[in-house]
Amino acid sequence: MKLLDSTDSGNSSSIERTQYPYVTGTSVIGIKYKDGILMAADMGASYGSTLRYKSVERVKPVGKHSLIGASGEISDFQEILRSLDELILYDNMWDDGNSLGPKEVHNYLTRMMYNRRNKFDPLWNSLVLGGVKNGQKYLGMVSMIGVHFEDNHVATGFGNHLARPILRDEWHENLTFEDGVKLLEKCMRVLLYRDRSAVNKLQIAKITEEGVTVSQPYALKTFWNFNAFQNPTAGAEGSW
Amino acid sequence: MDLNAPHSMGTTIIGVTYDGGVVLGADSRTSTGMYVANRASDKITQLTDNVYICRSGSAADSQIVSDYVRYFLHQHTIQLGQPATVKVAANLVRLLSYNNKNMLQTGMIVGGWDKYEGGKIYGIPLGGTILEQPFAIGGSGSSYLYGFFDQAWKEGMSKDEAEQLVVKAVSLAIARDGASGGVVRTVIINSDGVTRNFYPSDKLPLWHEELEPQNSLLDILSAASPEPMNI
Repeated sequence: MKLLDSTDSGNSSSIERTQYPYVTGTSVIGIKYKDGILMAADMGASYGSTLRYKSVERVKPVGKHSLIGASGEISDFQEILRSLDELILYDNMWDDGNSLGPKEVHNYLTRMMYNRRNKFDPLWNSLVLGGVKNGQKYLGMVSMIGVHFEDNHVATGFGNHLARPILRDEWHENLTFEDGVKLLEKCMRVLLYRDRSAVNKLQIAKITEEGVTVSQPYALKTFWNFNAFQNPTAGAEGSW
Repeated sequence: MDLNAPHSMGTTIIGVTYDGGVVLGADSRTSTGMYVANRASDKITQLTDNVYICRSGSAADSQIVSDYVRYFLHQHTIQLGQPATVKVAANLVRLLSYNNKNMLQTGMIVGGWDKYEGGKIYGIPLGGTILEQPFAIGGSGSSYLYGFFDQAWKEGMSKDEAEQLVVKAVSLAIARDGASGGVVRTVIINSDGVTRNFYPSDKLPLWHEELEPQNSLLDILSAASPEPMNI
């Protein structure tokens, strides 16, 4: 119902354009656990190789039943949040006792992303959508080209390469909150070591039937006191 | 993830003279595209007993340049009969950088101590320019340090002041440059010899928007909410 949105080019001989991302967030990780969904993301937004902003919330609640986490262009994420806000508003205005669940929100996001991709004007994000409604847990992902799926554990960006192998090994049905948090922190720590755009300040969000909690920002301890790190080139001067 | 991207030490490198010697400093991150290939690299490489070099840019290029210079300096030391001077070492680096400028992509800082000139720092950026300076900064992280050094640098610092300045500077650059990270390594060179130091992140100060590291969120949650007392 927007009067004018960012895709209106005004002329029919449409210019094909694909953007470049400017301010970007890195990985988001989501897992199902006993009571619902846990999602983790750091609070960094990079401007190329500069770590420009360090207090960006990349995990946000959507309505009563969902959580959205985003990596990629932050301005596009903010636009998506506006659209979701409008979606939830209109849903509430029906005042019919029903409310959009995570599955519905995921589908809406998929349509948004895919349709923009078809116009060669993508929203440059990878999104993680998780939630619980009527006891049913839901966790899904949508990429910037509209690829979407559900799984017990998902990750975006570098998380695909570094976190998912850990999750494949160590995730199991009915994780407790404590075990879920520890598992996410293990993944986030690896990302902190090995992803250039990672920042040591993160939030872990939880959604259950009762509602949403987003933790306060905090930093993780890292380990550097291996013997091999002290004098790595002692026996091989000139190496790394 | 482009694993075929060239290994590049995004890097922050610094060399500072003080009253009696030099302090060299660097971060420890080597990246392949966006992946951190080595989080504990040693970018401060020995050329002779009294001269070291900080390497930035292409890992391969900087390694081969320093290997050649170490080889040449070894022969030079034998022929000369005494330790090479910092100036000779720096000029050897310059010759290789300048004469191969179309092929190399590495910026370096040469620092050391000799009995004629004392502590000296030479900056050798891309292209093979050589500049003798009281302090030099290089690598992608150095962009964030020009303002800092304009304000914080002073002539005639002590050894400890100089080292603290270097550690603080590298730590500030690590905070903002995605291509720099890991630990801070320093090498202090003076008439007494060479000292290597290692500063992991828990020994570094916290900057704006950085938080004290914790073991886990679970520790914070259990500390934050004690059971209310009933009277």
